[in-house]
Amino acid sequence: MTEELKIKDREIAVPGEVLAEGLGYLPSKGIQRVNDKLVAQRLGMINVEGKVIKLVPLTGTYLPKVGDRIVAKVIDILMTGWRVDTRSPYSAVLSMKDATADFIQKGADLTQYFALGDYLVTRIINVTSQKLIDITMRGPGLRGLKGGRILEVNSNKVPRIIGKEGSMVMMIKHATGCNIIVGQNGWIWISGEPEKEMLTEKTLKMIEGHSHLSGLTDKVKEFLEKETGQKIDLAAIQPAPEETGTQEYQERPQFRERRPFNDRRQSFRR
Amino acid sequence: MEKRCDGRKQDELRPMKAKVGVIPRADGSAMFQIGNTIAYAAVYGPRELFPKFMQNPERGVLRCAYNMMPFSGHGERVRPGGSRRAKEISVLTEKALMPVLNLAEYPNSVVDVFVELPQTDAGTRCAGICAASMALADAGFEMKDLVCSLSMGILNGEMITDVNGHEDCVLETTDVPMAYIPSMDKFSLLQLDGDASKEQLQELLKKGKERCMEIYAVMQKALKEKYKVE
Amino acid sequence: MEKEHILKSLKTGVRYDGRKLLEFRTVMVEQGVSGSAEGSARVKIGETDVFVGVKMAVEKPYPDTPEKGNLMVNSELRPIANPAFEAGPPGDQSIEIARVVDRGLRESKAIKAESLCIIPKEKVWSVMIDICPLNDAGNLLDAAALGAIAALKNTKYPQLLEDNTVNWEIKTDKKISIANEPIEITVIKIGEFMLVDPTPEEEAFVDARLTVAVSKDGTIHALQKGGETPLSAEEIDKMIAIVQDKSKELRKFIK
Repeated sequence: MTEELKIKDREIAVPGEVLAEGLGYLPSKGIQRVNDKLVAQRLGMINVEGKVIKLVPLTGTYLPKVGDRIVAKVIDILMTGWRVDTRSPYSAVLSMKDATADFIQKGADLTQYFALGDYLVTRIINVTSQKLIDITMRGPGLRGLKGGRILEVNSNKVPRIIGKEGSMVMMIKHATGCNIIVGQNGWIWISGEPEKEMLTEKTLKMIEGHSHLSGLTDKVKEFLEKETGQKIDLAAIQPAPEETGTQEYQERPQFRERRPFNDRRQSFRR
Repeated sequence: MEKRCDGRKQDELRPMKAKVGVIPRADGSAMFQIGNTIAYAAVYGPRELFPKFMQNPERGVLRCAYNMMPFSGHGERVRPGGSRRAKEISVLTEKALMPVLNLAEYPNSVVDVFVELPQTDAGTRCAGICAASMALADAGFEMKDLVCSLSMGILNGEMITDVNGHEDCVLETTDVPMAYIPSMDKFSLLQLDGDASKEQLQELLKKGKERCMEIYAVMQKALKEKYKVE
Repeated sequence: MEKEHILKSLKTGVRYDGRKLLEFRTVMVEQGVSGSAEGSARVKIGETDVFVGVKMAVEKPYPDTPEKGNLMVNSELRPIANPAFEAGPPGDQSIEIARVVDRGLRESKAIKAESLCIIPKEKVWSVMIDICPLNDAGNLLDAAALGAIAALKNTKYPQLLEDNTVNWEIKTDKKISIANEPIEITVIKIGEFMLVDPTPEEEAFVDARLTVAVSKDGTIHALQKGGETPLSAEEIDKMIAIVQDKSKELRKFIK
């Protein structure tokens, strides 16, 4: 039995392409064994790790997964919640009880909380086989977004944009001073000075376009240093595997400002 | 047999050009040109399918729409608006592509493929299928293989490869458009209009497979080129 | 994106994509892109990509203009360019693009209608222009108008046989005579700011817009106001001045 690797590491594979022959190599997601050949099942970049051949997709729509933190857009107000666009073929439902730790009166005007077109940072808590999706906003870092702009990137590039333990996105935040929230679905919220927002956008688009190339972190560091005129000290940037900022938590009081029921609750407690 | 009306040999394909990612707004797109026939394909999806009764709870649905631009034909202007021919080709394109697609991950959704041709010289449905194939791969769908397609023909008893407009409309060529899936060694599109014997057809299929592999190579190269390191 | 965010950016004189208020994206015009059409052009403004083709046929003239040829402009916004477009009979946007481009060409007398006459009262040439966008990234109207005049400049008569029927397979070397080259530009107003060449994000917040067709000497041949907010005479004057100035840039792209 001849064992032969027909493709090199970091090469692009197209559907139907034979990657290896022989039973010695192991396939992974996106690759199928057909007889004794390993065949690519979608367009992607090949990583050969020992005897395992991996396929990193370069394109493809976002498919909601439980546990993902995504940026979603409100598209409908329901009786007991909101329907949101998750940037996938499936919309998700945010029910009142999952929207906030505060009590929402039955029959309240839900647009006081989130209106049509609002962008929210949410987490997916359930996906059924028919792709009905539930999301929550109760959790650290989850909130509504005001101002700023939303950038759309290929969801497959999100891991590259976040970087190892958040290192890439933290570097960009540090260099531009912008607030950046990256959704797993490829929607990224950027907020800061207009020129800095544009620089962030340019940087993110650059990462998106060059994600399959090596040495990307250095290229991005060089680019940011050139554009801002300031050196970046990588050691000084704290890695942040989960972007929880107590700062964001403190901003939640904006709920209280909108709600008219606060006073009533106070008296009830007494 | 002497050379054909455009100087080609019997088994020679017209020159081909292919490019991927030509329509930025689409989820996947490609251009495929063979001779003077140019086809653009764009893929949008998977996305929610309306009306709801058309949804399939087990897997996504593929929907193709083929259209020739009004100025693309050889004769007079073709009034826009779907023709029956366009509808037929749309359905054929869908059937030609379905066997390689796995849409089980997208229940209740639709994948829309739009094919538009600004210039035509026969072999349009084939060019459309090739462009659509590349566009679907570009959009990141799970596909067993690419689908390649061309029109074989019989002219004066001889087998010819890649029938052009003149051969199709003026000379009396038996036109046999086909779409071939190399990894399965099967055909997902086959039509014929003219006269042929069973043996002639088998020969056409055999020759067609070989020529399709040339088209396959062009399509693969175009997909890889989009990510070439500058 | 919210309107306040765009306005915040505009106050600093820069649009959210980095352009100045009156800056066009990269424009590319390619003529002769469809071998089957009598004349054709492909216009790209930024990522907006539009094919325009010209076909000619011999028809009867209109009874009130027995010695003039016919001009028809049609626009088909198909879903390949923008999934929001629906295949089928032309929608409002499609009809507006076709009619505004038509008006620009007709009123500026871009084609000498008399030159299209074959036999008065019996046979004249009809020039049919079809606009087919391939990718909608905003500002379809300007791209369509530029494509239309670029395609016309590139249009050659097909062969006319003895019995006055047409053989489209053979193209002659005779170009149709173009007497005027109108350039159409749309100026949009968001809040108090005036911009040209909007992207889809900006198009969503347009308060008012004015499309103006001008010829080389600055004469206005067609106007079309759109949007829900009314415009004052001063604003209209400003917008026309912008178009007269910007048209010189776009004119360089037509050979």
